[in-house]
Amino acid sequence: MSSPEFSNPIVRWIEYRLPVFSMLNHELHEYPTPRNLNYMWNFGSLAGFCLVIMIVSGIVLSMNYTAHVDYAFASVERIMRDVDFGWLIRYIHMNGASFFFIVVYIHIFRGLYYGSYKAPRELLWILGVVILLLMMATAFMGYVLPWGQMSFWGATVITNLFSAIPLIGENIVTWLWGGFTVDNPTLNRFFSLHFLLPFVIAGVVILHIAALHQHGSNNPLGIDIKNKGDTIPFHPYYTVKDMFGLGVFLTIFMAVVSFAPNYMGHPDNYVEANPLVTPAHIVPEWYFLPFYAILRAVPDKLGGVIAMFAAIAVLFVLPWLDRSPIRSAKFRPVYFVLFWVLLADCILLGFCGAMPAEGIWVVLSRLGTVYYFAHFIILLPLLGLYERPIDLPLSISKPSPSGTSA
Amino acid sequence: MSEPVHAAGNHDADVGMDEGRRDFLFMATGAMAAVGTVAAVWPFLSNLRPAADTLALASTEVNVASVAEGQSITVVWRGKPTFIRHRTAKEIEEAQSVNLDDLPDPQADAERVKPGEAKWLVIVGVCTHLGCIPLGQKTGDVKGDYDGWFCPCHGSHYDTSGRIRRGPAPANLAVPPYEFLSENVIKIG
Repeated sequence: MSSPEFSNPIVRWIEYRLPVFSMLNHELHEYPTPRNLNYMWNFGSLAGFCLVIMIVSGIVLSMNYTAHVDYAFASVERIMRDVDFGWLIRYIHMNGASFFFIVVYIHIFRGLYYGSYKAPRELLWILGVVILLLMMATAFMGYVLPWGQMSFWGATVITNLFSAIPLIGENIVTWLWGGFTVDNPTLNRFFSLHFLLPFVIAGVVILHIAALHQHGSNNPLGIDIKNKGDTIPFHPYYTVKDMFGLGVFLTIFMAVVSFAPNYMGHPDNYVEANPLVTPAHIVPEWYFLPFYAILRAVPDKLGGVIAMFAAIAVLFVLPWLDRSPIRSAKFRPVYFVLFWVLLADCILLGFCGAMPAEGIWVVLSRLGTVYYFAHFIILLPLLGLYERPIDLPLSISKPSPSGTSA
Repeated sequence: MSEPVHAAGNHDADVGMDEGRRDFLFMATGAMAAVGTVAAVWPFLSNLRPAADTLALASTEVNVASVAEGQSITVVWRGKPTFIRHRTAKEIEEAQSVNLDDLPDPQADAERVKPGEAKWLVIVGVCTHLGCIPLGQKTGDVKGDYDGWFCPCHGSHYDTSGRIRRGPAPANLAVPPYEFLSENVIKIG
């Protein structure tokens, strides 16, 4: 690592005592980055930006929110009607959650396609899955706070998942609720944790970035950096590229916030929570739908819960299930097909999760669930043994040895 | 020191070629970013202002029919204690006879009451020094050396018109905007 010379005397004074400027320069300026990153590599920094949007808008919202069953719904309506720009900030927060998941899911599938989870980036990947889990917990508890019908019944159903645990299940659920049903103590603790977890996420994000910068970004070819010609400095090349992507993202995001703010929401959540009436058809937010489908696909209470959690848990061990040394799907003809089938399978599960659990949708949910696990547990390990990869290029800056274009 | 390798293009060829255009792009991008940042920050700052429902409660109506001569009541207006005093003839006389040149914050009593309603004094009961509530509303309270109000925090004396006479407070107790809706009903704010 080179230590740059700074001309500003104040910067030099600080740098001598706390090397923050050389650190920033090293990680955001000269940081050598593969020269061939495509736009799929924008989504990491975009996810970070989403986290900032969510924390800023969330803190401002909390200034007008009341975490009490008698006031929560009305305080949210007050934010929408009376508080200056409250409608805008709440819609930013609401849709920000959806866009955060859109960005993160693209980020994850990017990692799956280009094999970004493989050595030496296993921990980087695992930290990412931890962030996903924390995001899910945060989003779930945040959805409870407006205390609408979906909030209440979503909270009831999800917390009841834990009642599937043998022997102590009921006790755990009572402990989660702090009472005998979802009630004021539940709302209070969810608010507290919903406020806390984003900062925990921010902490894990720092570890995620530290792990990333240890070996640098993977790249579309999935091969290691061989020499200086393979890299370019992060600034200005990728700062500009990230800023451009951010501009496109913000355009789409603000278009939805402005013109279709409730498109991804559910109208039932504008009805205040009623502990005596369950809505006829309850569904989670769209980003939980595939997991919800897996939950309902298994005709056994405990089995469904285990399958749902296993769907994420399997991602933790993915780096060891996929035995192929080749990272990028570009050079793995069979994995290339399986990747797209998996993506289609996840989308199918998403649709199944949104539909009532009856008729054809149950059958499709079960097929989708079986395939999801088969992909990770059966197909990927076999692929490592039998797949014949295409020849890799010699380096990022050189064409492939066989002359086929990369 | 490692000079970054600009593998993406021939760096030397760029220099001097389009400096003007590059500067323009840089400035234009920066200007747009600045405008965008201000536009993004504005709603968040504006969000902290009093909300519409808070503003809707910004006025208070008070029926003073039951306030006998020599009595005071304290009402809440915009969250602040507001003193309404039915002044005695003696107090009015005291308030009107003061030489304005003797006052730290000169203001005639006539400017602090409504015309023809000199018996009603309406003032915000917040000391202009550091925001404590002066004594003098209850019978038995210390009223200070000028028969009005006395702030116990730092010893400011107010007279029967609520004007500062002695002590650290810089200004008279504020007179809120108010009007008589009828003979006995006052609307403050």
